Amino acid sequence: MVDRNHPLSRRNFLVATAGTGAAFGFAALTGAAMNPAARGSAFSAGAFEPTLWFNIDVDGIVTVNIIRAEMGQHVGTALARILAEELEADWAKVRIVHVDTDPKWGTMVTGGSWSVWQTFPLFSRAGAAGRMALIEAGAKLMGVAPAACRAANGRIIAGGRSISYGDIAAHGDLSRKFTPAELDKLPIKPVAERKLIGKPVPAIDIPAKTNGTAIYGIDAKVPGMVHARPKLPPTRYGARVVSIDDSDAKAVKGYLQSIALDDPSGTVPGWVMVIATSTAAAIRAADLVKVRWAAGDGATVSEKTILDRGAALIADAKAGSILDTGGGDVDAAFAAATRTISATYTTASVLHFQLEPVNALAFENDGVFEIHTGNQWQSLILPTLAKALGRPETGIIMRTYLIGGGFGRRLNGDYAVPAALAAKALGKPVKMTLTRADDARFDSFRSPSVQALTMAFDSNGAVTAMNHAASAGWPTQILAPAFMPKGTNGVPYDPFAISGADHWYDVGALRVRAISNDLANSSFRPGWLRSVGPGWTNWAVESFIDEAAHSTKADPVAFRLAHLTGAGRNGGSGPTATGGALRQAAVVKRAADLAGWGGALAANNGRGIATSFGQERDMPTWMACVAEVAVDPKAGGVTVKRLTLVVDAGTIVDPDGARAQVEGAALWGLSLALHEGTAFENGQVRDTNLDSYTPLRIGDVPEMLIEFTASTEPPVGLGEPATTVVAPAIANAIFAATGKRLRHLPMRPEDLRSTTA
Amino acid sequence: MTSFTLNGLRVVVDADAETPLLWVIRDDIGLTGTKFGCGIGMCGACTVHVGGRATRSCITPLAAVEGAVVTTIEGLDPAGAHPLQKAWTALQVPQCGYCQSGQIMQAAAMLVDFPAPNDADIDAVMAGNLCRCMTYVRIRAAIKAAAADMAGAAHNG
Repeated sequence: MVDRNHPLSRRNFLVATAGTGAAFGFAALTGAAMNPAARGSAFSAGAFEPTLWFNIDVDGIVTVNIIRAEMGQHVGTALARILAEELEADWAKVRIVHVDTDPKWGTMVTGGSWSVWQTFPLFSRAGAAGRMALIEAGAKLMGVAPAACRAANGRIIAGGRSISYGDIAAHGDLSRKFTPAELDKLPIKPVAERKLIGKPVPAIDIPAKTNGTAIYGIDAKVPGMVHARPKLPPTRYGARVVSIDDSDAKAVKGYLQSIALDDPSGTVPGWVMVIATSTAAAIRAADLVKVRWAAGDGATVSEKTILDRGAALIADAKAGSILDTGGGDVDAAFAAATRTISATYTTASVLHFQLEPVNALAFENDGVFEIHTGNQWQSLILPTLAKALGRPETGIIMRTYLIGGGFGRRLNGDYAVPAALAAKALGKPVKMTLTRADDARFDSFRSPSVQALTMAFDSNGAVTAMNHAASAGWPTQILAPAFMPKGTNGVPYDPFAISGADHWYDVGALRVRAISNDLANSSFRPGWLRSVGPGWTNWAVESFIDEAAHSTKADPVAFRLAHLTGAGRNGGSGPTATGGALRQAAVVKRAADLAGWGGALAANNGRGIATSFGQERDMPTWMACVAEVAVDPKAGGVTVKRLTLVVDAGTIVDPDGARAQVEGAALWGLSLALHEGTAFENGQVRDTNLDSYTPLRIGDVPEMLIEFTASTEPPVGLGEPATTVVAPAIANAIFAATGKRLRHLPMRPEDLRSTTA
Repeated sequence: MTSFTLNGLRVVVDADAETPLLWVIRDDIGLTGTKFGCGIGMCGACTVHVGGRATRSCITPLAAVEGAVVTTIEGLDPAGAHPLQKAWTALQVPQCGYCQSGQIMQAAAMLVDFPAPNDADIDAVMAGNLCRCMTYVRIRAAIKAAAADMAGAAHNG
């Protein structure tokens, strides 16, 4: 798993002034546009190291350093307000900076819906430490005792007197060290006294996104750069350039040359970079350059062969890794069962289709290689860049831009490599922009998946055991194998590709078997796509629980509640999983009530429910969704009329941002359920642009009712969980309406027409 | 040489006549608020106004705008305070924000034709603008809020 230990947890916390705050030049660098290319050398000059996480200048401007990437979740606003809350800062004077890569930040990754959950304790303490130091320094300047002072709204107040944070930064002595023990004892505000957390606060990044001044990676520019578009080989792995013929491209005004990349890191085998003086010329010239390749693995692999391979692996009982799900003898329970049910679920390949095609600007500057791009996991790609460029990681810096849609695509920073290699080969800045079709062809798309589930019942009709085997391409195995834990049988597994199967239902003995689809892994780069594994595991679990309920003639809500009792390991444990399955039961019940569960419906209409615990058992976001659908029995069309979602994510730091994340994630879930999906065909994805890949549009949006559970439990993730409940809720609603059970995502009208009740 | 008016200024561009207007605006002129999404006119991220009409700049050749009046997101309002921009901020519409220049330009053109659009009008006109973050619920609400704002201003003015 990702290292969740931040540097602060292992070091003393230092507060200090460094001359005049204004000398750092931050004020000019923290405008709404956040242009990393215009940034000075605030961090490399060595003048600035008073605090790792924020500084205060003489004007009282509090600048908070954000290591997370901004890709629509307003993460800087959410994190800065956690710090500002404890610092008692004036919110109007808070600015954010998305920092460049530097080892001092620890692991830089934005994913897994972890940002708020991981940062909350850290930034609360950083803010509280700053407040204590300001009180002590302010008290000294005013000639009063610290105990007589309090902090509020960017000032230290003692009776009728006060001094601003800016004045303290200018004139005070903020030299103050906190030991880890002192940090732990810092007074953190009671919930009732919060002024920013949980309150409506405008997101700092939004104004620039309405007037054209927001700067994304695709907007990066430096003087003297040339433009590049790659010619992509027939396979993701192992391709080799045989010949390049650019005679036709020479007619394009601005075309310069084509180069085959020599990549010691093996990231982009067979890529040819078409270089020109403008993006338009590079795009046009690349269409005219003819390259012959020797293809690598995967040239004859297609969707069906991958799914068939997955099914064959599942059929081999020895294949895969067994998760620790609390013990119990599954085989004995099945041998003793009175009745069993089984079902197989599949999901198709899915594209990220983030609207900003991947791109990167690379150049060498004063002996340092600079990579300008939007990226979600800088710490992962830096070692690869080092290998590709043949220089140490310390000789490479990544400058982080706004991301025009992440959804997991930019966790894989492979696109930085070809730009860097071309810049090195040409000895000048290279700006690479992929076209939409280029981006889709070598997307790290979501692997197709196969899952087989079985359940055993005893003579009383009680559930005694459950078996869940899931096979898919594993992104973590391909891209970050160090993050794979071992199962109880000693075999490593991709936690992100199986999470969700280790659910909170009481089912007696549970066996979860995670199986890497080797054919998928060798044919393309499986990617983490918004919600990752739960995107398929929860599709299977929540469809299957519904099938189990119907098989016992139980109401699907009542059946779920009866098996979400919080018994044993499902009771949950602190800090973030407190309450366990009982919190999941609560959202299920609330969603059912809100949606009018059990109420009368017209013919061919149905309601279905599904629930989720989010991304991981130790960071559960409790979510339930009721979908109300109308089915056209002849054509097979499905209209989703209403989605009702109830979310228990603990403390909600940013209420409006939280709602926005759930709105977007739920509609993603709807889009994945009915509108998206492609197929791998002979080494490439079939659909590469909007003429045939058809994400949800504005007219497809149903009525949505979203409710958050009031809670003071620790905050958990919100970017992903709503994604995974919508598809099974729709499938369950279709079953309620028609008696037909769909077990493949996406659900198409032809599937409904060809399925019998 | 191709000459047209961009955000109120006359510009002369020396680029091939078939170069998409999008890249002329972004690379030659240097205004990057207009975005590249699909390149085939189906996502709307590149939407600008040509003669007041919402136009997909990624499939509009430079030659087609000779003598025309072109407006980008940067020129929609001198202070970035068009009623739509104000509504977009007030309702916190953008997530990643990448499509929003195009959404706002499309909506601005729509409000000229439909000063008080209902959901069906909005769905029909905005269908060509993909928002991958799926901020559609707020786009609808913000368009209505801006329409009400503009109607109020017209009434009071």
